[in-house]
Amino acid sequence: MTKTEIKDVIFRVLGRIAPEANLDELKPDDNIQKTLDIDSFDSLTFFIGINEELGVDIPESDYGQLVTLTDIIDYLSARVE
Amino acid sequence: MIEFCMPSLGADMEKGVLVEWKVKPGDRVKRGDIIADVETEKGVIEIEVFVDGVVEQLLVKQGEAVPVGAVMAIIRCEKEDAPPTGTEPHVEKIGEKKDSLDQPPEPGLTYKACSIAKHRETHPLEQPSEAKPLVSDGKNRLKISPSARKLAAELVIDLTTVHGTGPEGAINRSDIEQAAQTKKETKKAPAPPTGFQDKMRQAIAAAMARSNKDIPHYYLETRIDMSHALHWLEMENRKRSIKERLLPAVLMIKAVALALGDVPELNGYWIDDRHQPREGVHIGFAVSLRQGGLIAPAIHDADLKSLDELMEGLRDLIIRTRAGRLRSSEMTDATITVTNLGDLGVETVYGVIYPPQLALVGFGKIMEQPWAENGMLGIRQVLKATLAADHRATDGHKGAQFLDAINGYLQEADKL
Repeated sequence: MTKTEIKDVIFRVLGRIAPEANLDELKPDDNIQKTLDIDSFDSLTFFIGINEELGVDIPESDYGQLVTLTDIIDYLSARVE
Repeated sequence: MIEFCMPSLGADMEKGVLVEWKVKPGDRVKRGDIIADVETEKGVIEIEVFVDGVVEQLLVKQGEAVPVGAVMAIIRCEKEDAPPTGTEPHVEKIGEKKDSLDQPPEPGLTYKACSIAKHRETHPLEQPSEAKPLVSDGKNRLKISPSARKLAAELVIDLTTVHGTGPEGAINRSDIEQAAQTKKETKKAPAPPTGFQDKMRQAIAAAMARSNKDIPHYYLETRIDMSHALHWLEMENRKRSIKERLLPAVLMIKAVALALGDVPELNGYWIDDRHQPREGVHIGFAVSLRQGGLIAPAIHDADLKSLDELMEGLRDLIIRTRAGRLRSSEMTDATITVTNLGDLGVETVYGVIYPPQLALVGFGKIMEQPWAENGMLGIRQVLKATLAADHRATDGHKGAQFLDAINGYLQEADKL
């Protein structure tokens, strides 16, 4: 799976959580939680969505390193087939 | 016969617009069934019926604005001698009189929603501008498909601004999508004065102004060592799949619910100059809407739910709050409010009570802090819990007992 495809999945999941957000304005190094105003319930819903779409189970201890779009794409591309 | 009246879906509600009846005369209904959708300042709410019976007559047309407490329908009870029992009867026999919808609630009603409405009458607030009905009655009734309506609620589109392109001007999904696109393009323009955002702001303004004017608040604050609770949670979550993981907020809500069992004086309402504690512990959980605004729907019987049930319930409730699909009981039943602003890094919350409730519990961010104990200084994960409570109903001593009980329960997270 290419990074572009992973980004599409991320945007699809984020779009369900924050339908009012303009994801095109999200920059690669923005703090997603702050930029999109996402709380801890939304974050968990996001990780569940990623798990459902890509089959990657992200342990809780890794949440802290997944702050920006770049972080998440890099993390997932290393784990998705 | 029972007259089913427009419930007060929050202290700030003046009236609701009937969007759609979900039943017709002759239909059999059971307690808890959804009989109508009503548009309020806080979105479309599914209205539940609180008796078993048969729908005799629907008195309100789609699109009509109905004041709180006005009769909407007549329901023939299966057991005429048995008014609803349980936590909160939501309908009350008012007699056979069928007055105009402007008739204020009858005096002496025990029906909670009507009591709230009556309470409000003694504290007149500036009326918000006439709510523009989503649909107008009679032949000009707005036609819209249920899926388009749902989409509009999700995208927060004001239906009065949508031009329908379907048969006879019916609004379909593509019209909503078009409206959403237009809205996005004009996002930076100031919102029109009758927009959903403004109506919600006005509703919150009315409730909070009333709270500050009428409720003599007292505030208490305590630091809670969350090290044990977080350690237990981490171990527990390691065993769980991602879908089953718990968040710290769930522990806090359960601790509040159990503490209310120890200090029941803080659970309930102040209505008609009287302290009215309630048995059922229904925790209103403040959910912020990203477009602005706030709703605190109730998690029913939180003290009786397991952590898993609470987690699942909360997730569902948050999604439905943001999509504008809440039920009337969730809007009316909260006996206390919990607000958690820790996600944004806030350390201490000084809350404003949501009338007619008696208290609001605030939680801040759990953060590492120096902690002195037994002559030793260490670093702990510390949570600041605050209580804003109504001094008419309780005193600081009760409030202190309550915060101490919350702390106690959080020290034994494995037993929650």
